[in-house]
Amino acid sequence: MKIVVGIKQVPDTTNVKINPETNTLIREGVESIINPFDMYAIEEALRIREKHGGTVTVISMGPPQVETSLKEAISLGVDDVLLISDRAFAGADTLATSYTLAAAIKKMGGADIILMGKQAIDGDTGQVGPGVAEHMNMVHVTDIRKIEEIDTENKTIIVERLLEDGYVRLRTSLPLLITVVKEINEPRLPSLKGKMKARKAEIPTLTAKDLEIDLERIGLNGSPTQVMKIFSPPKPSGGMIFNGEVSESVSALLKELKNAGLHLSNVEEN
Amino acid sequence: MNGIEVILENCIGCKLCVKSCAYDAIEVIDKKAVINEKCTICGACIEACVKYGAIKITRVTFKGQNISEFSGICVFAENRNGKLASVVPEIIGAAQQLKKSLDKPISAILLGNNIKPLADELITYGVDEVLMIDNPKIGDFAEDVQTELVTEILKQKKPEIFLGGGTVFGRSLLPRVAVKLLTGLTADCTELEIDSGTKLLKQTRPAFGGNIMATILTENHRPQMATVRHKVMKEAEKQEGYEGKITEMNDIPIPEPKIEFLEFVEEQMDTVNLADADIIVSAGHGIRDPKNLEIIHDLAKAVNGAVGASRAVVDADWIAYSHQVGQTGKTVNPTVYIACGISGAIQHLAGMKGSDIIIAINNDPNAPIFDVANYGIVGDLFEVLPELMKQVK
Amino acid sequence: MNYFLTEDQQMIKEMAAKIAKEKIEPLALEYDEKAIFPHELVKIMGDADLYRVFVPEEYDGLGGGIFEMSLVVEELSKACGGIALAYAASGLGTIPIILFGTDEQKKKYLPRLAAGEIIAAFGLTEADAGSDAASIKTTAIKDGDHYIVNGTKQWITNGGDAEVYSVIALTDPKRGARGASALIIDKGTEGFDFGKKENKMGIRASSTRELIFQDCKVPVANLLGREGHGFRVAMKTFDNSRPGVAAQAVGIAQGALDKATVYATERHQFGQPISSFQAIQFMIADMAIQIEASRALVYQSAKSIDAGAKNAAALSSMAKVMASDTAMKVTVDAVQIFGGYGYMKEYPVEKMMRDAKITQIYEGTNQILRDVIAHDVIKQAIRKKR
Repeated sequence: MKIVVGIKQVPDTTNVKINPETNTLIREGVESIINPFDMYAIEEALRIREKHGGTVTVISMGPPQVETSLKEAISLGVDDVLLISDRAFAGADTLATSYTLAAAIKKMGGADIILMGKQAIDGDTGQVGPGVAEHMNMVHVTDIRKIEEIDTENKTIIVERLLEDGYVRLRTSLPLLITVVKEINEPRLPSLKGKMKARKAEIPTLTAKDLEIDLERIGLNGSPTQVMKIFSPPKPSGGMIFNGEVSESVSALLKELKNAGLHLSNVEEN
Repeated sequence: MNGIEVILENCIGCKLCVKSCAYDAIEVIDKKAVINEKCTICGACIEACVKYGAIKITRVTFKGQNISEFSGICVFAENRNGKLASVVPEIIGAAQQLKKSLDKPISAILLGNNIKPLADELITYGVDEVLMIDNPKIGDFAEDVQTELVTEILKQKKPEIFLGGGTVFGRSLLPRVAVKLLTGLTADCTELEIDSGTKLLKQTRPAFGGNIMATILTENHRPQMATVRHKVMKEAEKQEGYEGKITEMNDIPIPEPKIEFLEFVEEQMDTVNLADADIIVSAGHGIRDPKNLEIIHDLAKAVNGAVGASRAVVDADWIAYSHQVGQTGKTVNPTVYIACGISGAIQHLAGMKGSDIIIAINNDPNAPIFDVANYGIVGDLFEVLPELMKQVK
Repeated sequence: MNYFLTEDQQMIKEMAAKIAKEKIEPLALEYDEKAIFPHELVKIMGDADLYRVFVPEEYDGLGGGIFEMSLVVEELSKACGGIALAYAASGLGTIPIILFGTDEQKKKYLPRLAAGEIIAAFGLTEADAGSDAASIKTTAIKDGDHYIVNGTKQWITNGGDAEVYSVIALTDPKRGARGASALIIDKGTEGFDFGKKENKMGIRASSTRELIFQDCKVPVANLLGREGHGFRVAMKTFDNSRPGVAAQAVGIAQGALDKATVYATERHQFGQPISSFQAIQFMIADMAIQIEASRALVYQSAKSIDAGAKNAAALSSMAKVMASDTAMKVTVDAVQIFGGYGYMKEYPVEKMMRDAKITQIYEGTNQILRDVIAHDVIKQAIRKKR
């Protein structure tokens, strides 16, 4: 079973702070991490390997510092990693990114299962997974919360897909691209031996000329969507604060709400 | 650095750009900014340097479609079990606003089995033409078949804009269609408007985990695609008697499905569905212990509301993920949102700041939640909530 | 604070800290209240290779020493001194095998111990033999190719949950202490049973039980070292493990100081955080000083042992006495800083105070250890006089 996991290195947006005076992000010094959803993808890949055998290769497209994330993947116990890096790839939107990643996976000889996290926490689009599947001409399923079973002989797979109001069980064939949600597993911690292996590891890299690609379709050139403007959302000014004694604050609040036409015990739809 | 450059004459070495970069890609050397290979061309530094204009991005894209052939606004009418997805009237509402500027007709792609009544419903929302394929081979739960059909219809009808819902289904279907058509797609837009000069669709969305806003254009490729999340845009008004036509696209062959539907398991929700609730009582890390969630549930029951939670509470495994409100959880838009022991991290605000009235209860007077709350009580939630329940009854 | 650790040491410390924060801390209060042994955490620590840290490389270990083990114990103890014992006490039971085991014995036990698949315990103390360890009464009389073990060991940490026990018993009762030997005894051996789980004041997530031997047949191949060398095995083991106990105390103290300091910045009285009052600041300063000094002694004694120092007893005793007295003082002060809240079980510090006490008692009471230290100082003084 050849399993490929696509990961992205992202700034840890959950820990970003706002400068209260200028209301802008303090982006300096934000740590780079493996996109949290991708950690679940790596874990699922390792579990599939434990159950069905095969190899797990983790790939990532990005600038050279992405090596640290690939080393983290090594410390978790994956078999190989691959960095896809070239200045020509920079500025890629999801179309160009999925095109490039697919080219790399094709160069590697394809895969039986490709796993990715549902979305990256910096872009939040969730578009690269389906995009890679299209470029690979593979079926894809998103928001998978469980892989129920894989029949390696008949190459079929049953998955559970998380919807807004429940989940649906689907059966399809391999090869398949799967994007996962956090419900799927509990990612393992790295081991010390893994970390030592990672520290010594050399990270293989593919550049633009190593891939069979149309240079017009990568990086900024290959991106139909372009950012026109970036701005900070307006800072809200805050409302009425009650900080007296508890029963007084509560009655004052309820009084204000009543004046605004709102009764908490029976809120009408507007 | 390809595509991005520092205009040296304009650069004064003030380092504002360095502070704005999350990728550590800019340094100031000999009083001039230098951008290195870590740059992802996100454009944050350009905003930071708006005063001096010393950073520029040159964008040239691969050849796109023949723009003049594309006309009209199209929406994806996602549906399941004989009902339109709740986001669909909102997408049509957004389309109506665009129609005011563009003055072009609105069409809707409707796929499914026995969906003719939905076509009529779409027309009452002001859709001019429903592009429909009604066939038992089109399933509800997997988009492999629908992706092919949508792509074919768009190739034939050539709208300049195609909008879909940022639902689980939509966020899987539209990206694949965008790749098939070699065009651009912007996810989860919070604002859509037409640029008065260029007539391009300006697609504004949160980025960087919801911490900043970005406005995006798809200049050279068509259709300009975008998804919109539930409860972000305003629903279209129903217009009984609106005249629209239904076009059955029956010449398009229906591919064999590659994904087999086995069964749908509905989620057991003990309290009111979060997405549609009018009141939400939400618990943050200030709740300190999972057994204290009882007060939250009690209050929710007392006001006939739903129970929400911050990511911290869900990550600690104190409540199911389906209750999570925020950037990686649900976006909610209730009349009243009561935030209990929630500090107000940006990622949480991203999911609930559309609420009509926000009431915050927190014992830290400096908690950021008080900046967005309409009303706040500074106090111990374990004292405030029982008091609130007492006085509400 | 930079302790100038090597890259490997830093990595080990960070791994232990990560597990402490993400896996141990969420469970600490519950496992203390209900006295639950942390089986799943043993697996997590095992999978992360923490048990490998102090095992030689030829037996699947990472080849670190007491210093690296102490780094781990301190980090784990910051989150819970009781849960940390599932690691530290296994170290105590493993050290005799590392120091005195034959190649066969090491091959049989060390790889599995290193993987955390099984854990160990050490059995010396008896009802009438605590500080006066020499008056143990458990016997192990040779009969053909077995020793028949009879007697009861008391207050054994990991007792009942460990799979491997390093036990000191009298193979030649007539010779008293010089007739004691060390034996490796596997759980499940016929005639080897456990008493009830003790109901303790603190370190309640650690299981403490009696080991009950009734005509328990142990193969002669399980003799550790030579017959009659039992106390040498025990003393050498304790010399080696003492920095680990001291590290546990340092961890408990540091955890308490960290929580108390944060609390002091959040608790407002008289319109200011209490951390702005000098009374609190001086307490915090004194706590920090004592902890740092204790840590320095732990590092010093651990490095000394790992470097092969012949006489490690005095220095490691100093580390243990200082660190445990510090832990007791610091945790009491931490409760004081928390005020009324510190007395409540919902807040973490009262547990830390209960956990700290045992560190002054076990692994050599602080009174016995002062005895050891005094003897050593006096011996050195006399030697210098000559």
